Amino acid sequence: MACPAFPHRHLLGIEGLSPGDITLLLDRADEAIEVSRQVEKKKTTLRGRTQINLFFEPSTRTQSSFELAGKRLGADVMNMSVASSSVKKGETLIDTAATLNAMRPDIIVVRHQEAGAVHLLARKVDCSVVNAGDGAHEHPTQALLDALTIRRNRGRIQGLTVAICGDILHSRVARSNIILLQALGALVRVIGPSTLMPAGIERFGVEVFTDMRQGLAGADIVMMLRLQRERMNGSFVPSVKEYFRYYGLDSEKLAGAAPDALVMHPGPMNRGVEISSEVADGAQSLIREQVEMGVAVRMAVLEALAGHLPNR
Amino acid sequence: MTSVRPIILADATLVDPGSGREGRGSLLLRDGMIADIAWGASPDAPDGAEVIGCAGAVVAPGLVDMRAFVGEPGAEHRETLKTASEAAAAGGVTTIVSMPDTNPVVDGPAIVDFLLRRARDTSIVHIHPAAAITKGLQGREMTELGLLREAGAVAFTDGEHAVASAAVMRRALTYARDVGALLMPHLAEPGLVGTGVMNEGELASRLGLAGIPREAETIMLERDLRLVRLTGARYHAAMISCADSVEIVRRAKEAGLPVTCGVSINNLTLNENDVGHYRTFCKLSPPLRHEDDRQAVIEALAEGVIDVVVSDHNPQDVETKRLPFAEAADGALGLETLLSASLRLVHDGRLSLPAMLRAVSSRPAEILSLPTGRLQKGAPADLALIDIDEPYVLDKRELRSRSKNSPFDESRLTGRVQATIVAGRVVFDRRADGAARAA
Repeated sequence: MACPAFPHRHLLGIEGLSPGDITLLLDRADEAIEVSRQVEKKKTTLRGRTQINLFFEPSTRTQSSFELAGKRLGADVMNMSVASSSVKKGETLIDTAATLNAMRPDIIVVRHQEAGAVHLLARKVDCSVVNAGDGAHEHPTQALLDALTIRRNRGRIQGLTVAICGDILHSRVARSNIILLQALGALVRVIGPSTLMPAGIERFGVEVFTDMRQGLAGADIVMMLRLQRERMNGSFVPSVKEYFRYYGLDSEKLAGAAPDALVMHPGPMNRGVEISSEVADGAQSLIREQVEMGVAVRMAVLEALAGHLPNR
Repeated sequence: MTSVRPIILADATLVDPGSGREGRGSLLLRDGMIADIAWGASPDAPDGAEVIGCAGAVVAPGLVDMRAFVGEPGAEHRETLKTASEAAAAGGVTTIVSMPDTNPVVDGPAIVDFLLRRARDTSIVHIHPAAAITKGLQGREMTELGLLREAGAVAFTDGEHAVASAAVMRRALTYARDVGALLMPHLAEPGLVGTGVMNEGELASRLGLAGIPREAETIMLERDLRLVRLTGARYHAAMISCADSVEIVRRAKEAGLPVTCGVSINNLTLNENDVGHYRTFCKLSPPLRHEDDRQAVIEALAEGVIDVVVSDHNPQDVETKRLPFAEAADGALGLETLLSASLRLVHDGRLSLPAMLRAVSSRPAEILSLPTGRLQKGAPADLALIDIDEPYVLDKRELRSRSKNSPFDESRLTGRVQATIVAGRVVFDRRADGAARAA
């Protein structure tokens, strides 16, 4: 293939990727969409290769997306989730990594509840590692699929105004998206109550809004974030009712954005908490398309890493 | 100890940090004491004395480290009194104040007695236990401050734990004043620390790590100083880490309160950027702060607002450190690198050598009412012979500590202890040590 090479052995985050790296992955994802839309969906790029999906945190959606991506590229995919593993018996992350490494996988896809855990694991194995979400740090494939969705609908990312709304503090999706969208020239706003804003957020080069109407004014893309149930009642926000009133996306608030603004959500949604069903299922929503893009982006990432797999 | 041969330390650069005096001279050590001091000349060598030529190297009081965690009893796989004392000796530290966070906790006279006996039998430097302020470090009921002091506890602290209740702290301070005990609490308001694992700010946010605000320290410091004003008790803030705390201590001192304070060598020489990509050896309490805070604590040390520099030596092993950052234990090794790291500030022109040495020897000795830390006739012969210009790269494999969690691993350091003398006896000699290791 005449594709330019992806220079990284792992995908641990958006941080560290050049705009060229990102564009390369998005271009490849466009091609992968065509493959996924054929009757014959199989490629042979990863034939004979072993991919392990190691999920310390349950995530049906991300795990199945990675599984499908690997299988469509011809890899043998094994899913390992914490509930059925020895991790609960006191084995450390490093021991788990060493054990898996001894099975000679080619790619390990890791989701972990602690920031930095995937970096730690990547230093201890010989294969490529893909970060499928580490704590509140990064979720690079989510940001890539969001960018792909935007690009396919708007033809570009440069110059768009993207408003990310909700629990920025605990969101790895927000962090990866901020870095990626800025790298490709978008203007990024973050909207939410100050209790859900990370310290120093104003130094991320974003515009910060606590008033959602102001934050949405003229926005081309509205990206909603999930609010975890344990943070809804008094710890970070007073109640679901109050949160939805001020920060839930309904058609009235959406009307303040650009006329053809597009609505996104990484899922799974809390309907009636951060987003109304009317908007989630409405004409401006790209939420279902994001899922399709997820498989394509993950295929693109796995393919891009193929040039760095062991024994080559 | 009285059978040790007299020693002459000849042709040294003597530095007495207490008086600030610095100059060429020689020392005669006999019976565990400094028997004579000759500025600019050599004392007459008594028969049978061992003469150690110093060739102009610095001879200063051995370091007094007010804060070191030792694994014994309960975590001997991380450190024992013996290995801690060997690390100390190799770092020029002649007196260690050990923290009560052991298993069992140092919260009763019998455990103080045990530690003193173990130290006598196994340690090559002086060890003075600090005892807990509250039973089991639980922050609820005060320990037997009087009996513990009689047993030999040199000060009181809940170690890594903060005393969260203002009422408990008030009563402990009130009682401590009566029995003449020194409290030196750790400052970390548990609610504000919360799930935090590093300094709160942009960097923590970028790493996706929960932050510890400076207010977790300053609120507790303000609280304690108001209680000091209320009770009149002596108080030593174990470690401060930020510019705001410096101002709080400065005001308290100006108001005449009986307050002193310390800073960790880590907060003087490292900042939050050293966490890099989740380096757990830099996960500390208090956390490494912003560079502006580091500059503020250096300034405060130079001005004397901060009295003491501690190693905050805290041995941790692979099981507690090779983990995702938030799951890793706090703490870094420090005994063996305290002096070399401190000398960075001297070489950078931030503090004079006597001022730096004062913060790690004479000042802590004064605060703890120990006779050591002085270069004077009649003072204990606890000394460090230092080549302040020797450059080296730290290799953690060469550290004496049983654990290897040094944040200075692979760092370039300048200035190193050549020999350490405790009670008139050479307990560490780098040349002999190097030869022994080579063999």
